[in-house]
Formats: sequence, structure tokens, C-alpha cells
Amino acid sequence: MDVLLLSRIQFALTTSFHYLFPPLSIGLGLLLVIIEAVWLKTRNPLYHQMARFWTRVFALTFAIGVATGLVLEFEFGTNWATYSRFVGDVFGSPLAAEGIFAFFLESGFLAVLLFGWDRVSPRLHFFSTCMVCLGAHFSAVWIVVANSWMQTPAGFHIVGEGLRARAEITDFWQMVFNPSAVDRLSHVLCGAWQAGAFLVVSVSAWYLLKKRHTEFARASLRIGLLTGLAASLLQLATGHSSAAGVARNQPAKLAAFEGLYDTMPRAPLTLFGWVDERAEVVRGGVAIPGLLSILSYGDIHHPVQGLREFKPEDRPPVNLSFQFYHIMVGVGVGMIALAGLGCWYFWRGSLPGQRWLLWLLTLSVLGPLLANQTGWFAAEVGRQPWLVYGLLRTSDGLSAVVRANTVLTSILLFSAVYLLLFAVFVYLLHSKIQHGPDAADLTPAGKLARPPRAN
Amino acid sequence: MSGAGLDLNVVWFALVGVLFTGYAVLDGFDLGVGALHLFTRTDEERRVMINTIGPVWDGNEVWLVTGGGALFAAFPNVYATVFSGFYLALVLLLLALIFRAVAIEFRSKQPMRWWRQMWDFGFSAGSLAACLLLGVAIGNIAWGIPIDARGEFAGTFWGLLHPYALLLGVTAVAVFMTHGALYALMKTEGALHDKLRRWSKRCFILLAVCSVAATLATLFCVPHLAARARANPWLFGLVLVNLLAIANIRREVQRGRDGRAFLSSSIGIMALMGLFALGMFPNLLWSHPDPAHNLTIYNAASSPRTLGIMLTIAAIGMPLVLAYTAFIYWIFRGKVRLDRASY
Ligand code: HDD
Ligand code: HEM
Ligand code: HEM
Repeated sequence: MDVLLLSRIQFALTTSFHYLFPPLSIGLGLLLVIIEAVWLKTRNPLYHQMARFWTRVFALTFAIGVATGLVLEFEFGTNWATYSRFVGDVFGSPLAAEGIFAFFLESGFLAVLLFGWDRVSPRLHFFSTCMVCLGAHFSAVWIVVANSWMQTPAGFHIVGEGLRARAEITDFWQMVFNPSAVDRLSHVLCGAWQAGAFLVVSVSAWYLLKKRHTEFARASLRIGLLTGLAASLLQLATGHSSAAGVARNQPAKLAAFEGLYDTMPRAPLTLFGWVDERAEVVRGGVAIPGLLSILSYGDIHHPVQGLREFKPEDRPPVNLSFQFYHIMVGVGVGMIALAGLGCWYFWRGSLPGQRWLLWLLTLSVLGPLLANQTGWFAAEVGRQPWLVYGLLRTSDGLSAVVRANTVLTSILLFSAVYLLLFAVFVYLLHSKIQHGPDAADLTPAGKLARPPRAN
Repeated sequence: MSGAGLDLNVVWFALVGVLFTGYAVLDGFDLGVGALHLFTRTDEERRVMINTIGPVWDGNEVWLVTGGGALFAAFPNVYATVFSGFYLALVLLLLALIFRAVAIEFRSKQPMRWWRQMWDFGFSAGSLAACLLLGVAIGNIAWGIPIDARGEFAGTFWGLLHPYALLLGVTAVAVFMTHGALYALMKTEGALHDKLRRWSKRCFILLAVCSVAATLATLFCVPHLAARARANPWLFGLVLVNLLAIANIRREVQRGRDGRAFLSSSIGIMALMGLFALGMFPNLLWSHPDPAHNLTIYNAASSPRTLGIMLTIAAIGMPLVLAYTAFIYWIFRGKVRLDRASY
């Protein structure tokens, strides 16, 4: 295998693995803020117990997120050195900003969140929880800005020629607010909130199924379901505006998402199908006529560009983008339905009787995880063959001095370690869930036990 | 672009230096605690060891992440050349850091003996390997690495393991182990405290031997650094500060002033990093054997505009970072007490 393919595999492997965890910790971070706020307001010890329990789960996802993120920070240099030289001037600053504004904030206050329970006042603890949550959101901001610049570059010019050519910033804020940044950021954050919310829903639904910790489970479920429903609905809106953005800025990508070969007005929205890239048709598909034009441009007569407008070497892998994109959208719609059903039965009070629904809710965390993964795959595969859209091809971004064997060695090492980490993560998460919330957490000790105004 | 004659390239050389020095001083001690970890015997002692660094190690590691980001933004050519050139070594370093990071988190989550021993080993081996590899990396950068006309690394993985680099690797282990022992000394009491006092003395002997050997080796075997020192005799002043700070560690430990001993060790590390930076300046990578291909703060840098933007980011961000880092250390001041939330 060649270095290009191996480097892509390695990047895909390490980023996908990293991206299993940050959405969980961003989302759980938000829920922890909500839970602690409720606790501070009501002083109901149940919420203290919840905060403690979910903090432990949070710590677990956070640790693996950190350990796997470290790899990514350096991977641009190891595997994509030519790319790094080309974009360093533009791409480096959001990465550095992420370190300064996000990671320091997050890791600093994490100490208080995890170990400060008995050392600081409840309000200071709550403040720290908010800071951790804010830090986690900041890291999404800066990394998505950086990645979006690769999708829709803006605020730069090209200096030098041939091997010495590179992009230089001309306008920082234009670079930050590049055409896809805001849409993609809101979409990524909603995806993270869904991940966190449905993790809480899953665990609580399972407790209800097993009739354990029912009071705890019901309180958690209420917060989880509401957040999950809100985030899922918002996700539809942000996903829609992302897609409209893709239609404007990356027409070849949108055409691949939809398997559309001919440019046409009244373009149809394909619900599912299989793209035959040789024959350039979608097989076995079901499509709604005109809907793609409406969704992309708000106008049924507006033509949507098809793939035939692009030279074959400028087209992304069509079927792959198509399938990933459709899985994500399908899951997205499914999450709305599931959250809606869950809320409906929950507020009618008959949820514990609906075992089939409890089972579905128990599995629900897999949905956001799957959609987050396939969403990134669709976005990144759809960007191909470009590394920086329209400027630098993926094949031109490689490190000049790295050999295939070296990359293969590192892939094997990372795979082995990640497999181990994943197994341990699942094992520990499972045993935490089995163990359940601590009864001792119902009686706050130390500083937390003091009345609210005494500090 | 550069306001009032401020040379942004020099400023960023200094700032990247500050970030990596911050990393060495802060993560240095928790790597050191990790390297010493396996010498403790009982579960209780091991828990105390881990909890001395429990609340702070993650924040300490961010200095490395941010240093990497800053290097990418300010000197992308160096970032690209070093990390693609040191590929396998870097992968090993990352694996070491991964293992110690998760070991800290995982260890306390199950009570089984084998479980705890497994993560104890991961924590210790990961820390030790990280110290060694960081030292070897510094050794190579000081010694010079083969760079071709395109600015790409032209050597091999095995070529990175020459005696000078290995010597610096061992020196880094000694520096960080001593530093870690002194930090743990401040945070513990009782029998463990006495043990740590004995260990810190042993580490100190290793440190003293390594420091002298590394200083001599640098003066006699690394011509460009030696020439720099001869041309600027005041650099020997910094060498002296470094050696005095190291010697003072022993004195303070003897008198039971743990805080001051740790401070001495920190000053020693800062002096070392300062010496290294001043010896390299204005080069970031020394090309060996052909210095014509050196990467400098001018030929490897981003545009003045980017450096200016980044300076604004740093000027806003770093005071905040320092403020809440200080705040966190203050909250967790004093000796370690194990409670329910501890690792
Ligand atoms: C819980 C996760 C999740 C869910 C339910 C959805 N998405 Fe999504 N989607 C993501 C998680 C995600 C993501 C992981 O966050 C991506 C990948 C990269 C990005 O910017 O966001 C993404 C990318 C992404 C893109 C590509 C943006 C680009 O290439 O720049 C589009 C067009 C959509 N999404 C549209 C949708 C639609 C119409 C959905 C229907 C409900 C939907 N997504 C649900
Ligand atoms: C975190 C979730 C992410 C996932 C799951 C993901 C997935 C992928 C995949 C599957 C590829 C290979 C695409 C192909 O070869 O067709 C890829 C490539 C790449 N992505 Fe992403 N990515 C993620 C985030 C990011 C981010 C945040 C950045 C930049 C800040 C980024 C930058 C790149 C680069 C540089 C490549 C290599 C060149 C390429 O193959 O396009 N990725 N990623
Ligand atoms: C290729 C791109 C990426 C790089 C280079 C990267 C880098 C890193 C690094 C170095 C860390 C560890 C920080 C520490 O030591 O505290 C980390 C953790 C984290 N990253 Fe990533 N990351 C990438 C993609 C993403 C994406 C796409 C998101 C979210 C949308 C994200 C969100 C986070 C969060 C929230 C953490 C904190 C740990 C956690 O919550 O699990 N990262 N990342």
C-alpha cells in the first residue's frame, strides 16, 4: 500500500476514535451544569447524587478524549508535513488558540470539578463546572473553525510558487467566520449535546428496565429526554442550513451526498439507494421530486448542480459520501422520533410500562455516536480529492520523508492501543453503571453540607 | 506590521521557549513522580503518589499541547520538519503519554491487585519513557540533525540514537525524577515522606553526575554551542546559575526545606532551557553537517501578520491561564489527604 492511502487510514482511524469521546464530554458537561444548577436551586440531595454520578462518567470519557487528542495535535506534522507548511500560517492560529483558550480552561477547572467537592463551596464548584463546560465548547469552536477553513477557505491569499507556495492570512475574522464555520459549529455542538443527553437517557432507561435506582433514573431521564429532544430538533435546523451551505460552497460535495449526476431544476431528494458510480445512476432509490431544490435554495425552480459538471478527477467518492450522509440524516430523524415518543410517555407517566420503548431508549446513545461519525465521514470524504478545498489536493499534502512501512507501523501500534483503551473504557463504564449512584452521595459532606449562604 | 521595532520573530522564539519551559517545569514533576511510582510498595502509598499530581497533571500536559500549537502557528516549517522527521520517536512518545494519562484515571477504578499493578506499571513505564524520549529529542536538536536543501529531515530513526542524545535522555530522566521527588516531598508526610527524602538524595547523585557529564559533553563535542559560549562568556554565568541551583537542592533537602528545594530544582530547569534556547538562537533547527540548511526564526516563520495576531491571542490568553493555574494550585495546596473523590 502507498503512503497516501496509509496516511489517510491512519488519520481516519485516530480522528474517528478521538471523536467518540469529546461529543460525550461536551454533552455531559452541559448536563452537569444543568444538574448542578437544579441542585443549587432546590437543594434536593437527589441532584447532588446525580451530579456526583455523572461526574464520574464524565471523568472517564474526558480522560480518553485527552489521551487520544494528544495524537491529533501532532499528526498534521507527522503525516501531513507538506500540508502543514502550506497552511501553517492560517491553520496554526486556531489550533494554538484552542490550547490557550480551551484546553487550559477545561483541564484547570476539571480539577475542582473532580476533586473539589469537599474543598470548595457549592457555588465555586458550580462555577468550575460551568468553566469546564465552557472550555469543552471552546475546543469545539476552534477546531471546527480550523476544519471549516479547509472546507471553505477564506481570509487568506497565496504567496510564493510551486513547492514554496503557501497560504497567508489576510483577514483573521474572515478566516474564523469562513462561509461554513458557523453552520458547522452549531451542527457539531448539537450533535455533542445529543450524545451527552442520550447517554444519560440510555443509562436511566436501563435502570428503569431493571427497576433499580428508580427515583434517580426518573430524575435523570427527565433532564436527559428534554435536552435530547431540544438538541435533536435544533439538529434538524442546523443540518438543513449546513446542507444549504454545502450547496452554495461545495456543489460537487452536495451532488455526491445526493447522488445527483445531472444539473436540473426541480432536483429530487433521494431518500435511500445505492449509487452505481460506473453507470452514474442511483439504483433502487426512492426520491421525492423537487425537494432538493426547495431545501437547498428555497425555490423549486432553482437548478442544482450535478456531478457531470465536474471533471472525474475532481469528484469525491460518490457512493461512500452518499451512504454516510444518508445514515446520518436517517439517524437524525430517528432521534427526533425517539426523543418525542420518550417525552410523550414520560409525561403521561406510563413510560415504565412501555418495555419496548425502554429498550430502544437504552440503546439510544448509539444513535448520536453513529451519526457523529458518519457525519464527519460524509463531510471529509465529500471534500475529496481536496485537502484544502480547491487549493491543495490530498495527495499533495503528504510528508515527503515518511515511508509506507513507518506509517504502517504506527497504524498497527495505534490500533492495538486504541483497541485496548476501548475495551477498558467499555468495561469501566459498564461496571460504573452496574454499581450505580452512591447512596452516600445523598448526604453531602464537608463544605457541601453547609447551608448555602454560610460561605 | 511589527509595532515600534518589536521583532515578532524573536518574540515568538521567546514565547515558544516559555511554553516548552513551562511544560518542563510543570509536567516535569509529574513525569518524575510517575517514574518513581513503582518504588513505592503499598497501595496506600501509591494512591498518595498519584494524588500528589492528581488535580494538576492534565493542566500541566496542556503546556505541551499549546507549545505544539504555537510552534505550528509561528514556525510551521519547524513543526513539519521535526515531527515528520522524528516520526517513530514521536509516536513512541505519544503512546507513552497515552498510557500514563489513562493509567492515572483507570487505576483507582477497580480494587483488584492485578488491575492496579497493571496500571501502576503503565503509569511508571509511560512516565519514564516520556522523560527519556523528551531528553533524546532535546539532545538531537542541540546536536543538529541532517536537513536537506528543501528543509526536510534527511536522517533515520536509528540515527537519532547517538551517544550525546542518549546522554541527554538519561540526564532528562535524572532531572525529572529529582524534580518529581521534591514535589512529592512537599505534598506528603509520614513514612512516605521519609522514603522520598532518601530517594531524592539518590536521584540527586544521578542528577549531579549527569549534569557535569552533559555540560562537559556539550562544551567539547557540540562545536556550535561551544563556540556560542566562547563568544559570549556571560553564558557561563547561566551555567553557573544552573549548577548552583542544582547544588542548592541538596542543601535545602538536608535542612528539610522542601519548598525551597523544589524551587531550586525549578530554577535549575529554567536555566537549562534558557541555556539551550540562547545557544540555539536564532536557529530553531541546526542542520548537521551542513549549517547552510539551518531553519531559523526567519526562514521558518509564518508571516508577520500571523505572528502579530498570535501575539494578541497570547496576550489575552496567557494572563488568564496563569491566573487560574495559580488559583488551582492554591486550592489544592498543602499535603495530600485521600478522600472519596481521590484517585
Ligand atoms: C448527533 C449527530 C448528528 C445528527 C443527528 C445529524 N448530524 Fe449532520 N453532521 C454531524 C452530526 C450529526 C457532525 C458530526 O457534527 C458533522 C460532521 C462534520 C460537521 O461539520 O458536522 C455533520 C455534517 C453534516 C453535513 C455536512 C457539512 C459539511 O460537509 O460541511 C450536512 C449537510 C449535515 N450534517 C446535515 C444533517 C441533516 C440534514 C441532519 C438531519 C437531521 C443531520 N445532519 C443529523
Ligand atoms: C473528529 C472527527 C473527524 C473525523 C471522524 C474525520 C474523518 C476523516 C476521514 C474519514 C478522513 C479521510 C477522508 C478520505 O480519505 O476520504 C479524514 C481526513 C482528514 N481530515 Fe478529518 N475527520 C475529523 C475531524 C477533522 C478535523 C477536526 C480536522 C482538522 C482540524 C480534520 C482534518 C483532516 C485532514 C487533514 C485529513 C487528511 C486528508 C484527507 O484525507 O482529507 N479532520 N478525516
Ligand atoms: C483533528 C482535529 C483535532 C485535534 C488536533 C484535537 C486535539 C486535541 C487535544 C490535543 C486534546 C487534549 C487536550 C488536553 O490535553 O487537555 C483534545 C481533547 C479534546 N478535544 Fe480534540 N482534537 C481534534 C478534534 C476535535 C473535535 C472535532 C472536537 C469537538 C467537536 C474536539 C473536542 C475536544 C474536547 C472537548 C477535548 C477535551 C477532552 C474530552 O472532552 O474528551 N476535538 N483534542
